[in-house]
Amino acid sequence: MRLSTPARVILGAVTALVLAVVYLPLLVVLANSFSTSRNLAWPPPGLTLEWWGRAFRSQGALDALLTSVQIALAATAVALVLGTLISLALQRQAFFGRDAVSLLVILPIALPGIVTGIALNNAFRTILDVRLGIATIIVAHATFCIVTVFNNVLARLRRTGTNLEEASADLGAGVWTTFRLVTFPQLRSALFAGGLLAFALSFDEIIVTTFTTGSGVTTLPIWILDNLFRPNQAPIVSVIAVVLVVISILPISIAQRIGGAEQVTK
Amino acid sequence: MNHNTARRPALLAGLAIASVALLSACGTSAPSGSGGGEALDELGDTEGAVSILAWPGYVEDGSNDPDVDWVSAFEDDTGCEVTSKTYGTSDEAFSLMKTGDYDVVAASGDASLRLVAAGDVAPVNTDLIPNYDGIYDFLKMQSWNSVDGVSYGIPHGYGVNLLMYNTDVVTPAPTSWSVVFDGSSTYAGKVTAYDSPIYIADAAVYLMATQPDLGIENPYALDETQLAAAVDLLKQQRENIGEYWSDYLKEIQAFESGDSVIGTTWQVIQNSVTTGNTAVVLPDEGSTGWSDTWMIASEAEHPNCAYAWLDYIASPEANAQATAFFGEAPSNQAACDFRDDCEAYHAGDEEYASQVWYWSTPIADCLDGRTDVTCTDYSAWTTAWSEIKG
Amino acid sequence: MTAARRASAYLTTHARTRLALLLAAPLTWLVLVYVVALAALLVTALWTVDSFTGEITQTWTLDNIVTVVTGALYQAVTLRTIAVALLVTVIDIAVALPIAFFMAKVASPRLQRVLVVAVLMPLWASYLVKAYAWRSVLAEGGVADWATGGNSPGFGLPATIMTLAYLWLPYVILPIYAGLERVPDSLLEASSDLGAPTAQTLRLIVLPMLWPAIIAGSIFSFSLSLGDYITVNIVGGANQLLGNLVYTNVGAANNLPLAAAIALVPIVIMFVYLGAVRRTGALENL
Repeated sequence: MRLSTPARVILGAVTALVLAVVYLPLLVVLANSFSTSRNLAWPPPGLTLEWWGRAFRSQGALDALLTSVQIALAATAVALVLGTLISLALQRQAFFGRDAVSLLVILPIALPGIVTGIALNNAFRTILDVRLGIATIIVAHATFCIVTVFNNVLARLRRTGTNLEEASADLGAGVWTTFRLVTFPQLRSALFAGGLLAFALSFDEIIVTTFTTGSGVTTLPIWILDNLFRPNQAPIVSVIAVVLVVISILPISIAQRIGGAEQVTK
Repeated sequence: MNHNTARRPALLAGLAIASVALLSACGTSAPSGSGGGEALDELGDTEGAVSILAWPGYVEDGSNDPDVDWVSAFEDDTGCEVTSKTYGTSDEAFSLMKTGDYDVVAASGDASLRLVAAGDVAPVNTDLIPNYDGIYDFLKMQSWNSVDGVSYGIPHGYGVNLLMYNTDVVTPAPTSWSVVFDGSSTYAGKVTAYDSPIYIADAAVYLMATQPDLGIENPYALDETQLAAAVDLLKQQRENIGEYWSDYLKEIQAFESGDSVIGTTWQVIQNSVTTGNTAVVLPDEGSTGWSDTWMIASEAEHPNCAYAWLDYIASPEANAQATAFFGEAPSNQAACDFRDDCEAYHAGDEEYASQVWYWSTPIADCLDGRTDVTCTDYSAWTTAWSEIKG
Repeated sequence: MTAARRASAYLTTHARTRLALLLAAPLTWLVLVYVVALAALLVTALWTVDSFTGEITQTWTLDNIVTVVTGALYQAVTLRTIAVALLVTVIDIAVALPIAFFMAKVASPRLQRVLVVAVLMPLWASYLVKAYAWRSVLAEGGVADWATGGNSPGFGLPATIMTLAYLWLPYVILPIYAGLERVPDSLLEASSDLGAPTAQTLRLIVLPMLWPAIIAGSIFSFSLSLGDYITVNIVGGANQLLGNLVYTNVGAANNLPLAAAIALVPIVIMFVYLGAVRRTGALENL
């Protein structure tokens, strides 16, 4: 389809406009991080670097950041394993209940967070009788992160087909060897993309986390929620948000690069 | 391998139902919480740790602002390592206490009696707390921190719900709550109110003055008719409400930008507004207020450290630091030696305080002593509040 | 043959065992963690709570469900929430389509990579921070007032819809973009060579192929909006949605049975929605 130049220009303009609107609130956040107002008043009455300095020295923020990273890494790891297992099972074979399993994987993310949150909270406290803490948060996050890995891997498996694996088996490689040397390399970029999305989901999650966290465990979103309450802390929250966005360029670009390299040519 | 696939779905379904039934029977069982336990007779050795649940800003250990720290001194003195969790609303506090994870909770009056009724907190032996003597008498043994003459906690600071208004927009200066009730249409879309079922008591305070026939003696003791009247008043108010607030940063912002021009507020909000065009007043009809109580969990793992904390936070200097940071009047009389803003908070002003109806949990046994009717309890208030918001 | 080789040989020929082994861990996890939790919650909806002690009494009753289904408050809030979720979804899809199309079909590969990064980056700014940023944009004297000359929509349902649409946009763009990438350029060129105008190509070729991806994106935005209670607290003025009712009943009222009954509403809605879109193959495009 050859698009006429006006059509291309219009599309480009729309894209630019939407991206501008998308980044507008982020620019407001950036401005707030330099604002002298402690209460996020707009427009900023003055500029200061004080909040940036304080943010990097804020023990509470750094601890919360570390906790969030730990939880996200653990949840992503679990999701990677479980997601790969499920997609391998679903893609390669048809079996009774396949649709049901597919639905089950999607359910944690398809149902609203508050439903998942109160269900898990109720289950942890009364049925399983475990103390709420980091472990319960990781379990909760892993559960709804499975789907991002599942989808990416499933799409990749569908694209690559079973030829190489069958060839490998014919040549005498065992199941594990085939997986290690043939399947896994094909899946790598899909795993990275899925894992990155899972990490982002877990990192920023607030609703389910509120219900599955215990005393003394503060993830970054919870810390932000706590500190938006407090006088004098709001601008520090803005600083943290800006830093996160800027840092995120790196993993996203890497994911793009890896994903792009293996992309099937059009 | 020959499977009768027709049987499988039924088998699986049966298995599913059975397992769910089994697990449900095990689950959601009533946890122990029966009976609040006994108060300690004497203190033993401190256990080396204590877990505290409180409003943000009550338990500061320097991790948010290195200059704001009254926890480290406590940890050094007693050896009790403090872990703390903050909550956003009294209701959240109530749910969190059910987990049994916390030794100490700072509960506002709208949660304290519920905690006592649920058996989540134990009576406090005030003889074991030397600093208790230094606390203002008008805060001790009140309806929200004691039951049948038994104390359930130590008072921590107090504040009043005031009427705040934008001096540029609202003229003349209001002196009555009518501006947010009957007269709220003047400022339609810019009126604000506290987002909690306990706000119904504020409507009741207004009705006490404007509809004395209803016979309301205590705004927390409302029977069905009185509650219905309060709900009607609030539903009318709802039409002119711009937004409700539950976190005070929200209200500060709203007043600074001009999205709200009149409504209920806390002194700390007035102090934090930087645009200089707001003022507060305690209206003629009186108002509600809040006095938080430090309470001890009934199954506290570290009771001795818990008592140590209660004593410490009631000591003049710590009390001054904590209440000054949050923006409320201190509970310890000597705390004003460490603060220079006691005037603004009317600390120790018993007359000021007597115009205030401190947050108390509505319960079925009428708090005003009536025995011929059943009063509405907090769950009825919550249902009513949801309906008011619509 | 070593044990490993024997096991490997067995697994290669016995597909069922392989399947069972693959599924064992994930299914156990999902069932144990999620299904059981969900079932327990639904069972709780059939119980009541003793308002004095706050403990759940396991007496079976349909009262909560009846209240939720027939109560005027719940009906009004449910309709409001569904309307908000639908509008958010429609807006997101309408905005995502041109962008995704530009990214997939018009932009050069290098620009494409930049655009993907640009679309994904906002996901990393905290949800809360973004919502508060919108609050300051929509406030009196905020950016919206300045841009529209004093006619900012202010806080309320329109603000909620805008903010939610903003928050979920990347989640909708991604599947649609992925879907568009799967539409081969050759098909589009063939269509154009055969004389079809752009609009017709889009309508008859691109859209049907893209439909599952669009639905997939809609699942995200619809479900996320259905249960959200934080954004409406920040920019929604005095309004409340289903999520708020559930939250209040879990917290304020300490009435888990009623909260569970209310939670049944979005669960049923999502199940119906998922059931309806299963045919379109959208579930494989998430």
